[in-house]
Amino acid sequence: MTAPGTTETARDVARGASTASSPPRRRRVQHPWAIVAFVAPFAVLFILFYLIPIGVAVWQSLLVVERDGTFGEAREVFGGFQQYALVFQNEAFWGSVLRMLLFGVVQVPVMLGLALLFALLLDSPLVRGKKFFRLAFFAPYAVPGVIAAIMWGFLYSPNLSPFEAITSRVDLLSADFVLWAIANVVTWVFVGYNMLIIYSTLLAIPQEIYEAARIDGAGQARIAWSIKVPLVRPALVLTAVLSIIGTLQLLAEPQTFRSFSSAVTSTYTPNMTIYATSSIPNVSLAAAFSVVLALATFVLSFAFLRFTRRKGADA
Amino acid sequence: MSAAIGPDVTSASRAVNPRGASRGRGAPANRRGPRESILSRTGAMLVMAVFTLYFLVPIWWLLVASTKDRGQLFSTNPLWFADFQLFENIGALFAYRDGVYLRWILNSLLYAGLGAVVATVLASMCGYALAKYVFPGRETIFNVVLGGVLVPATALALPLFLMFSRVQLTDTFWAVFLPSVVSPFGVYLARVFAEASVPDELLEASRLDGAGEVRTFFTVSIRLMFPALITVFLFQFVTIWNNFFLPLIMLRSEELFPVTFGLYAWNSTINQFPELRTFVLVGSLLSIIPLIITFLLLQRYWRTGLGAGSLK
Repeated sequence: MTAPGTTETARDVARGASTASSPPRRRRVQHPWAIVAFVAPFAVLFILFYLIPIGVAVWQSLLVVERDGTFGEAREVFGGFQQYALVFQNEAFWGSVLRMLLFGVVQVPVMLGLALLFALLLDSPLVRGKKFFRLAFFAPYAVPGVIAAIMWGFLYSPNLSPFEAITSRVDLLSADFVLWAIANVVTWVFVGYNMLIIYSTLLAIPQEIYEAARIDGAGQARIAWSIKVPLVRPALVLTAVLSIIGTLQLLAEPQTFRSFSSAVTSTYTPNMTIYATSSIPNVSLAAAFSVVLALATFVLSFAFLRFTRRKGADA
Repeated sequence: MSAAIGPDVTSASRAVNPRGASRGRGAPANRRGPRESILSRTGAMLVMAVFTLYFLVPIWWLLVASTKDRGQLFSTNPLWFADFQLFENIGALFAYRDGVYLRWILNSLLYAGLGAVVATVLASMCGYALAKYVFPGRETIFNVVLGGVLVPATALALPLFLMFSRVQLTDTFWAVFLPSVVSPFGVYLARVFAEASVPDELLEASRLDGAGEVRTFFTVSIRLMFPALITVFLFQFVTIWNNFFLPLIMLRSEELFPVTFGLYAWNSTINQFPELRTFVLVGSLLSIIPLIITFLLLQRYWRTGLGAGSLK
């Protein structure tokens, strides 16, 4: 810590002054300029690229386009909740929301169930070669959603697939199956990620906790179910909330699947509806969709948190 | 609460290998006792083996497919090599349209690499201040930022487009880069880790030595927080690398595309331009290799961060 002499003296003086004046006023903030220097760069960008956009979306959603006559100049004027009325009448949008809810109700439990199972197996003495399995299961997370969708799209296509026995019998890209074909892609990418979250929680649990159970004669399965699962509940809740958010935001995978399957329409997921609407362009309606979707995500996440917390309190 | 848990996470992940050993030493009879029957051990290994195939076969298929020419792609065994054409394919990919693919890779590295570095520095400074200084509004700032974690990135894409078009910045590098350098989750992680790994005594000592606050941060604290910063960097890197809505809505010029978006664009015109199929496959393979290698090298830090995120 060898600072040049001048600054050192300057700081000494400053410090002397601050220590001299600090005792009478206890609540004085120390190092105010350092705090500003640390917080301001992030805060400014956060306001610019998070808070203001939210405001812009809300404001834009309240506007409507007005024209003088059919071909007159378009003007944006305040229209109150007109766009929201249109949102609630838009069947394609609600169809896509329902589709994603169906998707989430099936995919999220399957994915988290598998992630929990793998984490428990990795944490048990039953499995050898943990390091290898950890890496192998996590590897798909390095594949971006678009690339994963491209890969699986080829794997599902009858003429290219290595699994011809399946793809020649079942058209996985047909309207009946494509939602679950996409669910498989999402599961494939994210199981390992969720597994690692749960697994690192398990690693942080002190071993002594299991000893009593072992002395009482509990086997691995029993220990896993009665001790480990309750202890990783917070991690499970976190992964579930993240997955719920992710499900409603689905875009890259289904958008990529449009080139493999005609069953995936331009309004297949809520985000695709927003994109399609904004490129018509009807930005006000698209903004209203965005606001509704963001609110729905919030509500679902919070409802889930409340629900699990209450259940935890009862137990 | 998080301060108490932080160190546990770090030490647990640092001691992954020793831990297994000490467990065995401590209670050998309990650990490998007869209770874990051969049956359950075989069952567990079988589950792991089957799912290893599930996770790795698609990547293996991509590798094999990338080594074939267009005809062989359809006519030969999809899971095994035919004539090894990988390097010819890569050469053709790099040459296609004046090397636009290399341009995309470079873009991705700039968006994600540089973006994540900036995001990490900004988030760590903010998180550090929230952890180590007492000031009015501290909890408010933290809660607002935490709320930001829950705001879906895709909900921001459209209003960002409207803002950027107002200042004529759509279809520029900045339209994708600037929004990416904000990482609320990074602030959260940085705060948790600063609380856990930067002792107040050290800051006092540094102050007594006459170092300013900012200087202390960049010379002392940032080193103690380093594992956390790698985590923040990786999270943000992956987030930017995978970001789809922002380039979709902002970019029109091909030469600004990140690689995932470029491959998406090629893939959606594959029916008109069948020669793109090989390029999409080889390009996909090449684009995931750097990520997989990064993950393998830095996975220790990943788990540290993942644990901290979940143990609230």
